[in-house]
Amino acid sequence: MTAPLLDVEDLRVRFHLRTGTVEAVRGVTFKLGRERLGIVGESGSGKSQTGRAILGLTPPPGEVEARRLAFDGIDLLTASRRTLRALRGGRISMVMQDPKYSLNPVMPIGEQIIEAYQAHKKAGKGEARDRALAMLEAVKMRDPGRVFALYPHEVSGGMGQRAMIAMMLVTEPDLLIADEPTSALDVTVSMEILRILDELVSERGMGLIFISHDLKLVSSFCDRVLVMYAGRVVEEIEARNLRDARHPYTQGLMRCLPTLKDDVRPLPTLNRDPAWAL
Amino acid sequence: MARDPMLDIRSLRVTYGTGRMQVDAVKDVSFQVEPGSVYGLVGESGSGKSTVLRAICGLAPVSAGRIMVDGREVPSPRSKAFYRTVQMVFQDPYASLHPRHTVDRTLSEPLAIHGERDAEARILQALREVGLGPSFRFRYPHQLSGGQRQRIAIARALILRPKVLLLDEPTSALDASVQAEILNLLDDLRRNLGLTYILVSHDLAVVAHLCDRLLVMRHGEAVEETSSETLRANRVESDYTRSLVEASQGFTRRTPQAGAPLAS
Repeated sequence: MTAPLLDVEDLRVRFHLRTGTVEAVRGVTFKLGRERLGIVGESGSGKSQTGRAILGLTPPPGEVEARRLAFDGIDLLTASRRTLRALRGGRISMVMQDPKYSLNPVMPIGEQIIEAYQAHKKAGKGEARDRALAMLEAVKMRDPGRVFALYPHEVSGGMGQRAMIAMMLVTEPDLLIADEPTSALDVTVSMEILRILDELVSERGMGLIFISHDLKLVSSFCDRVLVMYAGRVVEEIEARNLRDARHPYTQGLMRCLPTLKDDVRPLPTLNRDPAWAL
Repeated sequence: MARDPMLDIRSLRVTYGTGRMQVDAVKDVSFQVEPGSVYGLVGESGSGKSTVLRAICGLAPVSAGRIMVDGREVPSPRSKAFYRTVQMVFQDPYASLHPRHTVDRTLSEPLAIHGERDAEARILQALREVGLGPSFRFRYPHQLSGGQRQRIAIARALILRPKVLLLDEPTSALDASVQAEILNLLDDLRRNLGLTYILVSHDLAVVAHLCDRLLVMRHGEAVEETSSETLRANRVESDYTRSLVEASQGFTRRTPQAGAPLAS
């Protein structure tokens, strides 16, 4: 295997609170190539904090520690703020869950994409505009010229999410971190969004970290899955082998979902073994 | 249908706004629910599925049509007797419980409104029914997990012994493992107490699991009424329902890759 795009070793995220110290991420280790990696877990498992820590977006008073956190050979822990700023949104970008809260509400969508592009590439307004329009087209936006001039509140959730993906991809990043990119969307819309992400990953050779609580979705979309529980990776598995998962937590998580195929009643519930969290 | 329906909705229409701003949130929706059964309303956001529930319990204006509960047309505004028969459980247990009321106060309020006696015994019984012990009685919502909060919301709805429970996405704010617990609880309660449910959800698997019959809605209109068996066997009629079924199975990679290559 060639040098990984992202190398994470023993990542820890801690929050010192009045009530004591909470360790949200406790020693996560993984390597990412140009592939689709899923991170799954329930709320509080530390999956989002893992994604944020990679980008240096851990909210204060959070504290990040790792034996190694390197992107394409660049040590993210010791890198200057300037280097990090150039990487964020440039070579690494992030799609958040809800476009309603992540887009600038007082700026037209097109302007926001132009701003993202010009922040990282030396380009004139004209070129940036062409790129933004091309990108809106690439995410299958109907009538990109019209959407360009619209404000975020004037578009639907699905269109807003497409606009955010366009903004994140206009700089042609090498790594995209998508934190629940489709959870706020309807199923049919989320399938379209995933199809767009899928094409972009396979055509641009981008690395993708797909963070989600939805095991079914992740297993059908990603190549490899990390299952997180209480801040740790309890299992790493090829997505297509998820049915043969060995860890009882992964098995329980798979089984407790109702399916269209068979009618199991009552649904098996998860008996949490305190040993999983050790 | 052998028995008289518990709920009979005829040509229900819900309209918001007037003139150019007029929006029909629900257009001519009709369905019947047998006593003791579970009826599902499925659709994407904006399909009007939640509005139907809200219209039944008087939280949305009924512009036309008729709502019959237990053989009687519901009065407007809804009477106390109506709320003894029909209660609702909302989607987000973080928003639907008063943050500064203890569980005890949340549960005693409906009893006080309806002039019920034996509040203490009823509260303890309600807590037992939803699988929580008496130790939960004096806790505040912030001292409870999401699943425990939803159990309290269900206990609050059940404490007046209604016949019909309207469930608006009761598990979509919960983790998968907690969802399974709540779905099992709802299943047991219905069997033990002989309740009738209307369940609104965007998750076809959840609806198929809990419901006998279901109505697929889109843009305020009924698309297709079908049963869980038909859904499981994938013998649905409309293309829209089929696309929902397909999407609920997870992501499918199209090979060879569909769609034109990207212009970059």
